[in-house]
Amino acid sequence: MQLARWWVIRGALSSREYWALAGLGMLLPLLAWLFVSGAGWVPKTFLPTPLEVLQRAREWLMEDELLTHMWISMYRVTAGFLLSALLAIPLGLWIGSFRPVQALFEPLTDFVRYMPAVAFVPLVMIWVGIEESAKIAIIFIGTFFQMVLMVAEDVRRVPMAQIEAAQTMGATRGEIMQLVIFQSAKPAILDTLRVTMGWAWTYLVVAELVAANSGIGYSILKAQRFLQTDKIFVGIMLIGLIGLLTDQLFRWVHRQRFPWLYRKS
Amino acid sequence: MVVSQIVTAKIRIGAAQKVFRDGAREVRALNDVSLEIQANEFVTLVGASGCGKSTLLRAIGGLETLTAGKIEVDGRSIAGPGVERAMVFQHYSLYPWLTVSENIRFSRQFSVNRRDVTSADVEIASGRADALLRLMGLQAFARAYPNQLSGGMQQRTAIARALMSRPSILVMDEPFGALDAQTRELMHDLLLHVFKMESTTIVFVTHDVDEAIYLGQRVVVMAPNPGRIDSIVPVPLPAPREQDMKLSPQFLQLKKQILERIRATSGLGSSKDLLEQLTREAAPA
Ligand SMILES: Nc1ncnc2c1ncn2[C@@H]1O[C@H](COP(=O)(O)OP(=O)(O)OP(=O)(O)O)[C@@H](O)[C@H]1O
Ligand SMILES: [Mg+2]
Repeated sequence: MQLARWWVIRGALSSREYWALAGLGMLLPLLAWLFVSGAGWVPKTFLPTPLEVLQRAREWLMEDELLTHMWISMYRVTAGFLLSALLAIPLGLWIGSFRPVQALFEPLTDFVRYMPAVAFVPLVMIWVGIEESAKIAIIFIGTFFQMVLMVAEDVRRVPMAQIEAAQTMGATRGEIMQLVIFQSAKPAILDTLRVTMGWAWTYLVVAELVAANSGIGYSILKAQRFLQTDKIFVGIMLIGLIGLLTDQLFRWVHRQRFPWLYRKS
Repeated sequence: MVVSQIVTAKIRIGAAQKVFRDGAREVRALNDVSLEIQANEFVTLVGASGCGKSTLLRAIGGLETLTAGKIEVDGRSIAGPGVERAMVFQHYSLYPWLTVSENIRFSRQFSVNRRDVTSADVEIASGRADALLRLMGLQAFARAYPNQLSGGMQQRTAIARALMSRPSILVMDEPFGALDAQTRELMHDLLLHVFKMESTTIVFVTHDVDEAIYLGQRVVVMAPNPGRIDSIVPVPLPAPREQDMKLSPQFLQLKKQILERIRATSGLGSSKDLLEQLTREAAPA
């Protein structure tokens, strides 16, 4: 029957089929949730119904400064992430292009990368305090070292022939870095940023759970103290939603900026 | 003042030696290779895999430094790449984020090409890019990206890009190695046309003996372990070359001669011997 077509390895799927399945994938857990919570088997504090969560979201939005918390969290993530990217991209370019720089920084970065960022929280509180900068610092620690290594790897994947072609055409080292290596690695670097953005949100919540009096993560923690399970749900899903939107935004920019990757004939 | 009156070769390779260190192992990729190539000559290099063809070519291009010996171009020792020597690679050397036309003009951005340029120079360069697009039959694809092109079109773009700065030497490493037989024949005639129009000197590496004879005025046969020149075979076929010549007795004779040298030096014996040996080993005692 028709379905045999779906099990072709790396087979094609029409966009209508894609969206139908994607919708189904989102809908099924929602239905299960609706069913389990609505059946009255579990107490409300354990699992609220979707409707209660929606109501709570509305309440929070109207009366309890949901937007303020959201903005502050987004500000922290963006600031930590941008700071990280601003330093990681040039450093990654250097590590990926020059062996001595690689030797100098890569083992060190690898070492720090394996230290759990969460464990730095107490240290950051001693060093930086509990100001905004502390949360940004934690996000920075969580993303920067990964980002450096991933960017360096993106840069190393630039084909040698592209570099050598420029050398034989008389390019200087700076011109090769700027006009060949960076340009060639740009799409991969943007993908790296997209992936690390997700981690930035993880570290944000960690930072806010420990040392904050605002933000979505902080709100989640506070809700737990008052057993407002529905509010916890709102917070978690909100982060998921923001993440999904950011991810789509990154993909959209990718398609806009790098059309040659999508234009096959 | 003493001015040297001696007519020098376009490229002079003198006792070139290249040793690669692969862990504890030493690979002699080039051992005492000497060769002179005249201006406006088309020389092809063939030989068993690993005989140092690419290494020699890259040394001429300035991408590889010799362990000993030297390479002179127009009587001057080279140190690194130079705009008078353009290279065309087998794969992946086009810039996929640039259109065909932007790829061809790519080198215009470099400071070497921007020193003391007048607006007339800019105009000439622009005209040159258009002329190259036409010469390579790429006008209709000027705005296409490389991954929208066939392999043959991509290599035409790579050749056009290499020719942009009017190099006097074109160095090519198996540029048509990934193309199908028909496209390759078209590219041969196109390259010979370019060779005539641009009056460059071409050094061309290939695995394909037919290609080496059809294109080359001399075929240099190299041998591995250590990498060296085995013999140099002049090709007495008249110019312009035509596809039918590939069936002439003279062509076949040359082909036989060259193939014999490659087989004799490939270190495997003839493949027939190898097959027999393998069969014997596989047979139960
Ligand atoms: N960067 C390198 N490091 C170590 N060994 C190398 C390097 N480049 C080449 N070699 C070795 O030098 C020898 C000659 O290599 P080269 O690539 O010049 O051969 P080739 O004639 O072009 O071979 P092919 O026909 O397979 O392209 C080979 O034994 C190869 O393994
Ligand atoms: Mg080779």
